[in-house]
Amino acid sequence: MSMFQADDISVRFGGIRAVDSVSFDVQEGEVFCIIGPNGAGKTTIFNLISRIYSTTSGRLVFNGQEFTHTPPDRIAGMGIARTFQNIELFPNATLLQNLLIGRHCHHKVGFLSQMAFLPSVRREELHHREKVEDVIAFLGLQRYRDSLIANLPYGVRKVVELGRALCTEPKLLLLDEPSSGLNVEETEGMGFWIEDIKKDLGITVIMVEHDMALVNQVSDRVMALNYGKVIAMGSPSEVQSHPEVIKAYLGGDLEEAA
Amino acid sequence: MRHFFRTDYRQDLGLYKSNRERFWYALLLVLLIVAPMILGEFYVGELGGLFIFAVAGVGLMLLVGYTGLISLGHAAFLGIGAYTNAVLLKQGVPFLITLPIAGIFTGICGAAIGRPTLRMSGLYLAIATLAFGSIVGTIFQKWEHVTGGFDGFAVPTPYVFGIPLDNTTGIYYMSLVVLIFVMWIAANLLRSPTGRAWVAIRDSEVSAQSMGINLARYKTMSFAISAGMTGLAGALFAHYVRFLAPDAFDVLLSVQFITIVFVGGLGSLRGAILGAAFVRLLPQGIAIVRDDLPFGIGRLPGLEPSLFGLVLVLVILFQPAGLNGMWLKFKAWFQQYPFKRMVSGRRQKSYAKSERLR
Repeated sequence: MSMFQADDISVRFGGIRAVDSVSFDVQEGEVFCIIGPNGAGKTTIFNLISRIYSTTSGRLVFNGQEFTHTPPDRIAGMGIARTFQNIELFPNATLLQNLLIGRHCHHKVGFLSQMAFLPSVRREELHHREKVEDVIAFLGLQRYRDSLIANLPYGVRKVVELGRALCTEPKLLLLDEPSSGLNVEETEGMGFWIEDIKKDLGITVIMVEHDMALVNQVSDRVMALNYGKVIAMGSPSEVQSHPEVIKAYLGGDLEEAA
Repeated sequence: MRHFFRTDYRQDLGLYKSNRERFWYALLLVLLIVAPMILGEFYVGELGGLFIFAVAGVGLMLLVGYTGLISLGHAAFLGIGAYTNAVLLKQGVPFLITLPIAGIFTGICGAAIGRPTLRMSGLYLAIATLAFGSIVGTIFQKWEHVTGGFDGFAVPTPYVFGIPLDNTTGIYYMSLVVLIFVMWIAANLLRSPTGRAWVAIRDSEVSAQSMGINLARYKTMSFAISAGMTGLAGALFAHYVRFLAPDAFDVLLSVQFITIVFVGGLGSLRGAILGAAFVRLLPQGIAIVRDDLPFGIGRLPGLEPSLFGLVLVLVILFQPAGLNGMWLKFKAWFQQYPFKRMVSGRRQKSYAKSERLR
């Protein structure tokens, strides 16, 4: 029984098939990587899973439960968290506030008790604060705790976004290009964190990535996409030596392309 | 520079950062309580008006400064609160019941306007709320057997525990109590999940959504709370002006409210108070210098609205953090004396420039 299953999903924007009959499943505890040239539909698949876009056809199943038509704000509560390619943090809030927003799907107190800030709200806030501090300690973000995101360097923001996703206590984590914009050391660090997330926290990861070193370092299985279609799936080395994948990245001969 | 050493997460949940802050706010409260006994009637009246505008300012601040939505129709909410309160009082309902009803009913109206405009933002939302404002204004004019149309009507005297509160001092204390109540609610919401959800929506809707925030719910709620607070201000405003007529709730008033929020400084409750003080003081300031201005500038019609517009533009251009930002810089200057420099308050933009995608 796989943890996550995408069953023949497609999405069309006008005449363009951004994702075309893609099927894959992810086992619990693995790191599943999606690669492909620009415009292959990798991020679109993430947007379909986080329900920002609706699938034209196909089914999405998580832990045996179909969520093809679940509203986007319920996805985090189901245990699927994501990061964004271009960083979508809340820049005018502090790091602490950003991570606390990550706890949103676990809040239980009612609106009226929040208005009066009853002891129940205070207790819950303290509980969430402790959970957030665990993540801060895990990622070593202590010294930035009270800084505004707008004042933080890019590399740190990337880690904060990972932290915010971890604060939702996900079972499945979607990482959209975790290494984009990072230098070599930062990318290496990101790789270690992804391994820790998998081993220590037991979180399953689906990742879109261009950096092949990082892909080789962390992923168990790789899926290659081109023009919205799956062209190869298997272990990292299998996929990288697949003739279709090489053609997609380096170009085939002209007659075939035409 | 003073540092707050924290030893407990609880310290971050309190309304005040330190006992020192607690002391200053307590002192301010005592001063405000004794003020009517010291100041003349004119100043007490002006302060009362300031409190009423500050109540509406706090309401609008939650919507504009924290949720990132805009409204050019808040004068209408003020009007709805004012008329609800006054009409119910005329029916003989006691003031301690009409005041909360005015707030709650206006809040419901706010939710009703918030709901259909969910998908709008920026200019489009401004236009929609502007239209809402003028529709409500027309209702005030035409629904004559309730509102008295253009003729208006005198607002009945409010009684609290048998004491009439129609004098300046009564309105002063009433407004002060409501302002403190509204500030307390706003501060509570802002340190709760709801306030954080609002900030999240303001900064990035798409990621707010993927963190599990229901956009429709929280935006509607923001509109409702904002309108409700403005409705409370309206109920007080009715007693402040003593005579309700529809022309009091025009677009210019909505612009004044927006000025409160922007001049005060987006995203700060203190800013709402400072902004309200500015908006109430500017007309007085104009009145004082009006006769001494050269070339008959003082006699020009529309001097006040154009000055409001000019100030609004200048603040947005040169002081985006508003009066609150100026206050914080001023405070930092004293705390760091003599080390404060011009660049100290400047945000570090160097990282942002090196970013690939922005």
